[in-house]
Amino acid sequence: MNVKRYIGRRLFQLFLILIGVTFLVFLLMYVSPGDPAQRKLTAGGVAITEEVLEQAREDMGLDRPLLLQYGSWLGKVVRGDFGESLHDGLPVAEKLAKSLKNTLLLSLVSLLAALLLSVPLGMYSAVRRDGVADKLISFLTFLGNSLPNFLIAVLLMYFLCLKTKFFPILANGSAKGLFLPVLTLAIPLFSQFTRQVRAAVLEQLHKPYVAGARSRGVKESTVLVRNVLRNSLISIITVVGMAGGTLMAGSVVVESIFLWPGIGKLMMDAITAKDYPVVQGLVLVMALLFVTVNLVTDLLYHKLDPRIWDQGEETS
Amino acid sequence: MRKCSFFHGKSSRRFYFFLALAVLLLLTAALAPALAPNDPEKTHVQAMKQAPSEEFPLGTDEYGRCVLSRVLAGAPASVFGAIGLVAVSFVVGTFLGMLCGYYEGLLDEILMRLADILLAFPQMVLAIAVAGLLGGGLKNALLALGITSWTVYARLARSLTLQTKKETYVAAARFSGCGGLNLLFRHIFPNVAGPLSVTAATQIGSTMMGIAGLSFLGIGVIPPQAEWGSMISEGRSYMQLAPWVSLAPAAAVVATVVIFNCLGDAARDLAEPGAPSGGASGRRFRLSGRRERYAGRKRVGRRRA
Repeated sequence: MNVKRYIGRRLFQLFLILIGVTFLVFLLMYVSPGDPAQRKLTAGGVAITEEVLEQAREDMGLDRPLLLQYGSWLGKVVRGDFGESLHDGLPVAEKLAKSLKNTLLLSLVSLLAALLLSVPLGMYSAVRRDGVADKLISFLTFLGNSLPNFLIAVLLMYFLCLKTKFFPILANGSAKGLFLPVLTLAIPLFSQFTRQVRAAVLEQLHKPYVAGARSRGVKESTVLVRNVLRNSLISIITVVGMAGGTLMAGSVVVESIFLWPGIGKLMMDAITAKDYPVVQGLVLVMALLFVTVNLVTDLLYHKLDPRIWDQGEETS
Repeated sequence: MRKCSFFHGKSSRRFYFFLALAVLLLLTAALAPALAPNDPEKTHVQAMKQAPSEEFPLGTDEYGRCVLSRVLAGAPASVFGAIGLVAVSFVVGTFLGMLCGYYEGLLDEILMRLADILLAFPQMVLAIAVAGLLGGGLKNALLALGITSWTVYARLARSLTLQTKKETYVAAARFSGCGGLNLLFRHIFPNVAGPLSVTAATQIGSTMMGIAGLSFLGIGVIPPQAEWGSMISEGRSYMQLAPWVSLAPAAAVVATVVIFNCLGDAARDLAEPGAPSGGASGRRFRLSGRRERYAGRKRVGRRRA
């Protein structure tokens, strides 16, 4: 299958998925308790009478049927208008852009840190299989996988902030303040990555080409880096692509704990305040990010190993 | 052959060891009210934020409630909540997935596209949004997690059924007059149940983390009902004075999740003797916990390409 048709098809699918996800959330907000008109008026400090409330509902289009409401929201979003926050009246798009920047900074630093540590460690533990270091790394990554992220955050706070008083508890924007949130996000990622790198490298090490290269006298380090690592890239990229989901879920927890002004904290705040336009915008942005990451991962597969799609054609 | 390895060898011993621990945990959770030394919701004004003592083995929280009793009282929500949710999603997902794989057609198309949509969003983020919008409570938290959890089993059951229905013994059953749901459940189900139950076993740990996570964020179990996640969150603000309030439920979460994760791993090693055990293998990775969802999505995406 040619790449252009594939991308076209995936983009169409992406479009359907976005419609589906946003509609699902719209439906939930429709059935959930609480009246957005009342929220808005209370936040604005307007004295509430039944008439004012009715008027506000009509202005906000809340009296119309669900599908119409969804349609008009969608129409506006296509033109780049995400509406205004019920809480402070600021445009949602502005809020999204600001917090997205913060979250991306946090996520990318964590991702980078996790990758830089896990690739060498994973390779080392595969090469020295069943050695002391391998056992230790396996144990630590198992633990990292079994700890929920909020627990990691609390434990780090307890041991690094309260016991040693080295780090500030809240992320205050300085590099030192960034350290704990990054560590919290990076620990689960590091555990996943290291396990995957180790498994991928182990699989490659048993392939005949490794024995072939060794028997021709190629230096072991060259075999590892030039051949084994390169061939393991596909599964490393898979797991990095999946990290998008882990990071997004992690950002909600970590940002709420360390009060980092990103999309995760915005989401929590908007949900507790029932600030529906913000929730809706956030869901769209997060879904878009997630689906795009998946698409890019799949395209990278093709770039690295064109055989993947050919096989796919045969089996379907 | 599988039967032999079930009763002998290292992996079966490991499985039974963790099974015993899990049963012990279940018993503890079931008997929690009887085991608790104090009333988990009774406040003691004279004994606030007290260090562990004879009367309060794990100390007290800011209202003077016994931490040990609260940790015990929180066990049923986490343990039975997670197992119940896994069981329900297993039954619903397997049933729908088998129908999809067996009949294919329109139902299959609709359900699988629905699964695509649900998987296009990080599961935990969707759960946070759903639980938050519906308002707290254990029931809503479980519902929020359940919206996506059935898809794992549905996809797996579908692909297993697609494979199995081509087997000769299915054709033989059909020729001898067996058809419809009878064929599906009498002949196909026993042959697809194995991998599905293994997947279910590996999901218990991550489901527990999900419940605790939602409660921690304040959109799961509503206080004053005891739950590990919300207890950790409550104790966070006075950790310097009374670290045991957070650390005790934290230890409970870690121990429980580790036991169920190990049980899931051991169950898989038993079911798939060929898979290398010990560290991480490709297969191990794919089946472990929540990452399965994304891996599943990926496979389907590629197949359709």
